[in-house]
Amino acid sequence: MRIASRRGWTHAMVGLAALLWAQTAAAHLQQGEANGFLTGFQHPITGLDHVLAMVAVGLWGAQLGAPAIWVLPVAFPLVMAMGGMFGLMGVPVPGVEFGIAASAILLGAAVMFEVRAPLFVTAFLVGVFAIFHGYAHGTELPPGQSAVLYSMGFVIATGCLHALGIGIGAVHRWTWGQKLVRAAGGVVAVGGVLFLWKALA
Amino acid sequence: MKPLSRQPLQTCVSVSLVAVLCSGPAEAHLNSTGMGPIYDGLMHFLMSPEDVVPALALALLAGLRGVAYGRRASFTLPVAWLVGSLVGLTAAATTGSAFLSSLWFLLLGGLLVADAKLSLRALTALAVLLGLVHGYWNGTGMEPSALAIVALVGLVSGVFVLVVLAAALVVPLRAQWTRIAVRVAGSWIAASGLLMLGWSFRGR
Repeated sequence: MRIASRRGWTHAMVGLAALLWAQTAAAHLQQGEANGFLTGFQHPITGLDHVLAMVAVGLWGAQLGAPAIWVLPVAFPLVMAMGGMFGLMGVPVPGVEFGIAASAILLGAAVMFEVRAPLFVTAFLVGVFAIFHGYAHGTELPPGQSAVLYSMGFVIATGCLHALGIGIGAVHRWTWGQKLVRAAGGVVAVGGVLFLWKALA
Repeated sequence: MKPLSRQPLQTCVSVSLVAVLCSGPAEAHLNSTGMGPIYDGLMHFLMSPEDVVPALALALLAGLRGVAYGRRASFTLPVAWLVGSLVGLTAAATTGSAFLSSLWFLLLGGLLVADAKLSLRALTALAVLLGLVHGYWNGTGMEPSALAIVALVGLVSGVFVLVVLAAALVVPLRAQWTRIAVRVAGSWIAASGLLMLGWSFRGR
C-alpha cells in the first residue's frame, strides 16, 4: 500500500512540474490553416454518396486481392483530383449527380456479386467514377481558407475511407465474412438507387 | 496500516505555491514576442505545407531506394535549402508560386507512386533543385539581418530532421504492404498537387 502511495505521489509531482514548466501554446495559427485542413477532411466524410462509393472501392479491392487492393486506392485519388481540377478550370462535365449515383449502384453491385473483372477494366471503371466525385466535391473551398490544406484534407479523408473499406473487407477470408461483404455491397447499391432517385426528382 | 506522513505533502504544496507565485509572464502572443529566431525559422518550415510536403516526399522517395539515397538526400537537401535561402535574402522580395509548388507536389508524388528507380545522381539533382527553389522563396520573405541567418539555421535544421526521420522510417521497410503504403502516400501528395494546380488556374 505504501509503495503504491509513493508511486502516486511521484506521478502527481512529475505531472505538476510538467504543468509548471509548460511552454507557450502557439495556439494562434495563420488564418484558415486548421480550418482549411479540417474542412477538406470533413467534406468527403459528411457526404453519404461519397462515403458509400469510397468504402465500396475498398471493399471491392479487398474482394479482388492483390494487385487490385492497392491499385484502386492509388489510382482513385489521382483521377479524383483530376476531376476536381476539371471543375476548378471550368471544364464542363455533364451529369455529375447521375455519375455519382451510378458509381454507388455499380460499385455496390460489383461487390454484391463479387465481380472479378480484369484489372484494367476495374481500374478504368473506378477511375471514371472518380472523376465525377472529384468534380462535385473537390471544388468547394470555402472563402478565406488554405487551398493547399483543404486539398490535402480532402484527399487524405478519401484515402481513409478506402482504408475503411479495405479494413471491413478483411473479413472476406471467412465464409461468413464473404456474405457480410456482399451484403455491404448491396447496401451501397441501394444507397445508389436512392441517390439516383433524388437526382431524377 | 501506518498513516502516511503529511510532511512531503506540505513540502510539495509549498514548493508548488512558490513556483506558481514566481512564474514569469506567459507571453502567449507569439506575434509580438516570437519564439526566438531559431524556433521561428523551424516553425516557419513546419507550418508551411508547401515546404514540408515536397521535402517529405523526397525523403520517402529516397528511403524507398535505400540507405545511400537516404543519406544523400539528408545532407544535400538542407545544404541546397540553406544556399537558396542565403541567395534569396539578398534578392528582391517575392513570394512562392502556387503553380510551381503544385508542380513539385505532382512531380515528387508521381515519382513516389511509380516507385521510380532513379539513379543516385538524379535524386541528388532533384534534392538540389528542390532545396534551391524553396530556400530561395523562404529567403526572399525575410529581412536580411543577423537574426535572419539564425532563423535560417533553425529552418534548415527542421529540413534535416524531417528528411532524416522520414527516410530512416522507410529504408528498413521490407514487407510489400508497407512499401505500398508509402506509395499510397505519394498518390495522396500527387492528388493534392493536382487540386492545387486547379486552384492556381482558378486564381486562389
